[in-house]
Amino acid sequence: MATYDDLSLHVRLFMKGYPFARYAIEPALCARLARPLSESRVALVTTAGLRAPEQAGFDHSIKMGDTSFREIANTIETRALIESHRSYAFDRSGVQADVNVAFPLDRFRELESQGVIGELNHRHFSFMGSIVGPRKLIEETAPQVARKLRGDLVDAIFLTPM
Amino acid sequence: MCNQTVCLVQAAIEREGITTVSISLLREVVSVLKPPRALFVPFPMGFPLGVPNDTQLQHRVIAAALELLGRNDTPILEEFKG
Repeated sequence: MATYDDLSLHVRLFMKGYPFARYAIEPALCARLARPLSESRVALVTTAGLRAPEQAGFDHSIKMGDTSFREIANTIETRALIESHRSYAFDRSGVQADVNVAFPLDRFRELESQGVIGELNHRHFSFMGSIVGPRKLIEETAPQVARKLRGDLVDAIFLTPM
Repeated sequence: MCNQTVCLVQAAIEREGITTVSISLLREVVSVLKPPRALFVPFPMGFPLGVPNDTQLQHRVIAAALELLGRNDTPILEEFKG
């Protein structure tokens, strides 16, 4: 398991001083799964900063972090995805070798064909997770994605950091 | 910050009435943010599903996470046991 001790001193000091408690999700949220997973529509959400080749990159010049998102079509060839995360706090070699290590769309396609999940949604969503000032994320872009997913009648979401 | 961003997006989605589960790499962050359902994994930053091209391990991680979707005793912070 990764802990603060695995991070560089600079990142570690930043993380220790950051007011995470300010963003605690309270009271607890709970939406019950409406139907068995084998009948559920599922979508993936990642903060790995992935995008399709034709999409604009995330803007790394925004000091507090780019809170925008990219729609990833369910039909995309996963090898075509481009990783454009800003943070230098982690090793990118894994996702460059196999994007499924952060965005397991090929694994979920296998689960779909096996009938473990009902079906994959026609789109998934990607954020660039290095967001220091998340106000716009909380108030605008995350709810936008949530409403799109509700409009798609998605039952369950699997999220991955990087 | 990626782990915090996941938690905040996850909260927005669950608030819309959609069941969510996330993978977590940093216990220090997720235990404070308390998203609805999270699976801690023993992997380094950048490797939430474990090992590149190890499809069996990736499937075990996904299966452990999907199991949490059926639970409603939120917030759930479960550890991946392999």
